[in-house]
Amino acid sequence: MVRFDALDLQQDMRTFDELRQLETFFKEETKRGRTNADLYELVQHSGNILPRLYLLITVGSVYIKSQEAPAKDILKDLVEMSRGVQQPIRGLFLRSYLSQISRDKLPDVGSPYEGEGGNVMDAVEFVLQNFTEMNKLWVRMQHQGPAREKEKREKERSELRDLVGKNLHVLSQLDGVDLEMYKDVVLPRVLEQIVNCKDEIAQYYLMDCIIQVFPDDFHLQTLETLLSACPQLQPTVDIKTVMSQLMERLSRYAAASPEVLPEFLQVEAFTKFSHAVVEVIEAQPDMALVGAVSLYVALLTFVLRVHVDRLDYVDQVLGGCVKKLEGKGKVKDVKATKQLVALLSAPLEKYKDVVTILKLSNYGKVMEHLDYDTNRVMAVVLMQSILANNTLITAPEKVDGLFDLLKELIQDSEGAPSIDELDEEDFKEEQNLVARLVHMLVNDDNEQMFQILIAARKQFGQGGPKRLPFTLPPLVFAALKLVRSLQNEDLPDDGPVSLKKVFQFLHQTVEALSVVPAPELALRLYLQCAEAAGVCNLEPVAYEFFTQAFMIYEEEIADSKAQVTALQLIIGTLQRTRVFGVENRDTLTHKATGYSAKLLKKPDQCRAVYACSHLFWVEEGSGVKDGERVLLCLKRALRIANAAQQMSSATRGSNGPMTLFVEILNKYLYYFEKGNTQVTSTIIQGLLELIVTEIQSENTTQDMQVDAFLANTLRYIQFQKHKGDSVAERYSDIKVPS
Amino acid sequence: MVLVLALGDLHIPHRAADLPAKFKSMLVPGKIQHILSPGNLCIKEVHDYLKSLCSDVQITRGEYDEDTHYPETKQLIIGAFKLGICHGHQVEPWGDLDSLAMLQRQLDVDILITGHTHQFKAYKHEGGVIINPGSATGAYSSITYDVNPSFVLMDIDGLRVVVYVYELVDGEVKVDKIDFKKPQ
Repeated sequence: MVRFDALDLQQDMRTFDELRQLETFFKEETKRGRTNADLYELVQHSGNILPRLYLLITVGSVYIKSQEAPAKDILKDLVEMSRGVQQPIRGLFLRSYLSQISRDKLPDVGSPYEGEGGNVMDAVEFVLQNFTEMNKLWVRMQHQGPAREKEKREKERSELRDLVGKNLHVLSQLDGVDLEMYKDVVLPRVLEQIVNCKDEIAQYYLMDCIIQVFPDDFHLQTLETLLSACPQLQPTVDIKTVMSQLMERLSRYAAASPEVLPEFLQVEAFTKFSHAVVEVIEAQPDMALVGAVSLYVALLTFVLRVHVDRLDYVDQVLGGCVKKLEGKGKVKDVKATKQLVALLSAPLEKYKDVVTILKLSNYGKVMEHLDYDTNRVMAVVLMQSILANNTLITAPEKVDGLFDLLKELIQDSEGAPSIDELDEEDFKEEQNLVARLVHMLVNDDNEQMFQILIAARKQFGQGGPKRLPFTLPPLVFAALKLVRSLQNEDLPDDGPVSLKKVFQFLHQTVEALSVVPAPELALRLYLQCAEAAGVCNLEPVAYEFFTQAFMIYEEEIADSKAQVTALQLIIGTLQRTRVFGVENRDTLTHKATGYSAKLLKKPDQCRAVYACSHLFWVEEGSGVKDGERVLLCLKRALRIANAAQQMSSATRGSNGPMTLFVEILNKYLYYFEKGNTQVTSTIIQGLLELIVTEIQSENTTQDMQVDAFLANTLRYIQFQKHKGDSVAERYSDIKVPS
Repeated sequence: MVLVLALGDLHIPHRAADLPAKFKSMLVPGKIQHILSPGNLCIKEVHDYLKSLCSDVQITRGEYDEDTHYPETKQLIIGAFKLGICHGHQVEPWGDLDSLAMLQRQLDVDILITGHTHQFKAYKHEGGVIINPGSATGAYSSITYDVNPSFVLMDIDGLRVVVYVYELVDGEVKVDKIDFKKPQ
């Protein structure tokens, strides 16, 4: 006789093989005259209960197969007799043997054992009973033995779990177990056992088993029953994983067979899941926050797969999570935070459209519960999504909604770390992203566009001096684009949008920048506005902008290098502005030339002054062409160049390079060609000879660059002389020195 | 054959969010030997992006560039050509080709790369060629209306340079080419 003390699956397998041989033996016996009934009775006389039952089951199997007695009777007897073995492991193996050997002998629909032998109800009853008993044995293992060996016992239990689960599999394979039977008999009984056994390991495993083993449309139709069991389970059961699995399966089911979607709606799957989540969370008050949030994540995943166009459902899920988070402030737990980020990222990844996200009223509320660092990371993700997907924000309300989500980046909020505490690189990157975002706020309708700008301006206005230099300039340029758009329309000044209003907006925006202080930036932007106003023929507005620019230059730009560039921009802009009448023009050019002469370094002075010459000579149209004033500038520049030479001679002992002179010479040639009669060939000849002499002089510092410059200039003159046109004629008087 | 990319006046993030997607997909690392930019990128991220395309990036200062240490002008030699770069806001009147020619004489270069006007130009004169690659992002300009994004790719081969200009017009990339030969 085989012994069953050791827990050895290998041995178990071999044992079952042996028993198969025994089965064959019994079959042979009946051929020799013994009836199955006889054998059935005979084996019960065996001494020990365990071998007795194994024999009984084996004979029983042959008996059923012979169909000499109804299958249901034998099965019922066997499953009850097996009660005799109460030792868990032995009992489990015994019943497992029973289950295995009886599999093909159940009175299922269409089986040879149906009819006299019973019906599917009997089969179900048999399996359910075996299952129930097996589960009880399995649970009992948990409490046997000393507490210190608990881990070992749980490991053993884990190895045996499929023995119990197999029964559910058998049930699922029965043809006769249709939806009705499942709903009315199978599921309620199985759930009853699961709930009542009050064992964490069994509950988790068996719930998972049900979900895996039975078809998805069964689950869909019994959703309420299944879900109502969840809150009744032990609090330590990882029910969220079970529910997530179920939601995952059903959402895959929906994805694979879209024709079942109406069924989802009909059984109100989402509502049921929604309620179940709330109930589970309430039933397990000790559930860690991460658990609750991950439930919502699973629910949201379900919604995004099954009801992707129901934004209201998505919002509802977020709302549920918000409710759970109420009063908790900023979440500190890292794992919970990760789940919150998953919750926020899922719809973003699905819809790829932040404008859709803006429709979710609870999205921002969830974000508020993130700690500051994570919130900022999420905000960056949102911005990157907009930029990557080219999402356009086309209405002022949407602008407000968007910046509400990004509020930790846009302004300082109470309790947030101050900007000084933030990493400078990160801060810059974030603000530059916000700046880029401005170009996504667009609407072809001018009125709407203006409203958008106003909304954005309001949001940025609260950003503080460190943010404004990043966020305001793009607004300025967006407004300048709007100006262009309005130029051709003849709109009244006091309408919802007008040139006047946009220029006021520009003025106030650039002013805010100059206050930061960001003088160099403000100066540049004032000049941009001035030029734009000039093109719109708004002389007073243009004059005002120039005034502001000049004031910044005088009062706030002290650095020499910065002054040089600022002046280049002033002169360049002024040169292009045509709107001014004589008086205003004179005032501004006078100022500009004044600044030029007052630059610190002589070479800078010289260059700025000859640049000013262009203020008096405008090629296009009927612009000013004041030959005298041009010549005055060039002569002044020459004087400064001379002074520079003298200084160099005095301090360094030799004259500096002749660079400036060659530059001025080129300027003379420029005006000479343009037809400025004040610039005569005599003047040019004089300067030319001066330069050539000086360069060759011992006193002058040798400079290859200047030599090349001069050589190029002389070559240019030669070229012009031989062109054979009217220009060449003018050049005829000029002799190129060798 | 040496490929030189010239692009500038991106004005990121003040006037543009990014390079057009179609341009980005064309600019692949490892194909270009030099990048010359007249300036106004304006932020470090753009500089880093250019460096990812090619290790030799030469930039001059535009008036909005965040990095104030870029030089006002640059001169370099590629093959048989002397090239110069200057943003152009320093040269009055802005965009005036004769004044730019003067700068070219001063820098003593065959090719002058300049910007500021946001308008593509390839101007041949007695002293060489002035090339303005325009604005790579189509950024707003007070000087040019309706700016189309554009950049320039130069193929320098011996004494010849072929200038390819890429312009984004109504969502499509159009290419044009101009030949220049340097006198012996």
